[in-house]
Amino acid sequence: MSQLTDALASNIGHGQGPGTDAGKSSKPRKPPKVPRGKFSVHFAHYKWLYLLLAPGVVYFAVFRYAPMYGVSIAFKDYVPFLGVNGSPWVGTQHFQDFFSNPDFPRLLGNTLILAFLNLGIAFPLTIVLALLLNEVRLSILKRTVQTLVYIPHFLSWTIVASLSFLLFALDFGPLFLFLNNVMGTDIDFLSDPNWFRPLIVLQEIWKNTGWGTIIFLAALATVDQDQYEAAIIDGAGRFRRVWHITLPGIRSTIIVMLILAIGQMLNTGFEQIYLMTNALNRSVADVFDTYVYFVGITQGAYSYSTAVGLFKSLVGIVLIFGTNALAKRFNQSGLF
Amino acid sequence: MKIHNTTGGRIFDAANYVFLSLIGIITLLPFIYVIAGSFANEAEITRRAFFVWPEQFTLGSYEYIFSTPAFTRALVTTILVTAVGTLVQLAFTVTMAYPLAKKTLRGRQVILSLVVFAMVFSGGMIPTFLLVKDLGLLNSYWALILPAAINPFSLIIIKNFFQELPQELEESAKMDGATEIGILWRILLPLSKPVLATFALFYAVGIWNDFMSPLLYLSDNSKWTLQMYLRQVTASSDLLGTGNVDPNYIPPEQGIKFAVIVVATLPILIFYPFLQKHFAKGMLIGSVKG
Repeated sequence: MSQLTDALASNIGHGQGPGTDAGKSSKPRKPPKVPRGKFSVHFAHYKWLYLLLAPGVVYFAVFRYAPMYGVSIAFKDYVPFLGVNGSPWVGTQHFQDFFSNPDFPRLLGNTLILAFLNLGIAFPLTIVLALLLNEVRLSILKRTVQTLVYIPHFLSWTIVASLSFLLFALDFGPLFLFLNNVMGTDIDFLSDPNWFRPLIVLQEIWKNTGWGTIIFLAALATVDQDQYEAAIIDGAGRFRRVWHITLPGIRSTIIVMLILAIGQMLNTGFEQIYLMTNALNRSVADVFDTYVYFVGITQGAYSYSTAVGLFKSLVGIVLIFGTNALAKRFNQSGLF
Repeated sequence: MKIHNTTGGRIFDAANYVFLSLIGIITLLPFIYVIAGSFANEAEITRRAFFVWPEQFTLGSYEYIFSTPAFTRALVTTILVTAVGTLVQLAFTVTMAYPLAKKTLRGRQVILSLVVFAMVFSGGMIPTFLLVKDLGLLNSYWALILPAAINPFSLIIIKNFFQELPQELEESAKMDGATEIGILWRILLPLSKPVLATFALFYAVGIWNDFMSPLLYLSDNSKWTLQMYLRQVTASSDLLGTGNVDPNYIPPEQGIKFAVIVVATLPILIFYPFLQKHFAKGMLIGSVKG
């Protein structure tokens, strides 16, 4: 869900930013019959609107901005009964601890490997699936396949993990039996650290590849159809048309989605990883998100884990601005 | 465009159709197996590697889970939290979206910028957890609803939608003496039913599927939601090296796992036709309109 929201949110940002649309003020509507001047007059006129606005503003202040202020405990030694304000400052102590901790290189490695596997496998697969669906002229087949492959997107990670537990269950899971039979092995896929990453990528593919095609299919629908006719007359075959017309036609969408994906790289998906983590695969399964949970919530190292989380968000922001700048340098329209 | 079919093109089409059909079927297979397994008896599940239809049809697994208080409690809880949560979240979002749709409202721009900023930065898991704790919401179902009360993205889409409704409607209502709240309730909301339905589904799926919030905020296992219960039932105990598991817990038989998965998936599958339609539309609103 959060991925969808993020993708959508940034797509808004892609067009005219939601924050800027007011400044742009479309066509001048009839002059507002609003009393200008003193705020008290304005407020009295709009009191009902301000009343409606209040719960939302309180929500953002309490549940969005108060935690942002709470991030300051990353530079403090948080003591529950002293609170965020009362706890003593310790500077960058927690960051130094984290960077010198042997956990750090391991977490960074695990996180990056998963991120690159997803970028390198799941991301291109989404484009390939969209291209294949786009080639289907039989609309009933296209719709049916779309309907089927979108379903997993709506299921929770708990269900995806549970399905994996059943399919790979030791000694009787269908995929446990099938894969071991084919490979002539006796591997417990759920606890073998070597199989953790393939399993995660497989889940990601099953859950989100189908849904991810929506954006690309929408982009594909905007590719100029006349170009295809011209190419056909010039004798271009199916693959050359895809290569020279279709792919360039959706290049900007691919780049935007890639920037988004890279910006989200360190967000390995807490729920998915947490659910698939067990005592035997911790060495490869621990990523920043789950580490923050284990160290922060279960061990109570609030300040230290907040520092880890802050480090992760900052890297994420650098990544998204960095890729955006890079995309612009290569003369592509970036995200913003 | 003219349909032009070379031999190569036809072979490609045929291969493509077969391949995509297979992808569709493979996507579905885990469900079919789980549904079949939930109606099979224990012996059949462990004996047969894979099946899409049980040899012996039994409701035993369902009878069992519905007879255990832990499961029925989790199910009822989740249904109630989802229903109440969706209404609360939708109410918060709509009441905030409406004033923000008024371009003449002072302070609107500042608030919108702050909303967008909150889309990019967040306090993160621990500060949010500490806040919920300080508010005394630990082990309260409100902890599953309030922290996510307004999705900034939904807020902006709904705001944009209100902004595009014809002004004249409101103006005539105002002349008839309606207040802003009256206009929202009697004129705008009835006009926005499809949009509201979309975001209601959005929120409902979010709450139903949520695993992280109950994991963080509900340590009392008598309050667990269905997703937490599902996690406990399906992760066999020897694999659970981590966190939140009831120590007195005895792992159930396989059939029960199948049945719980089916129950947890069912509402999503029932609402899926609406979800697909509205979510796909929402996805495109986001990318095209901005």
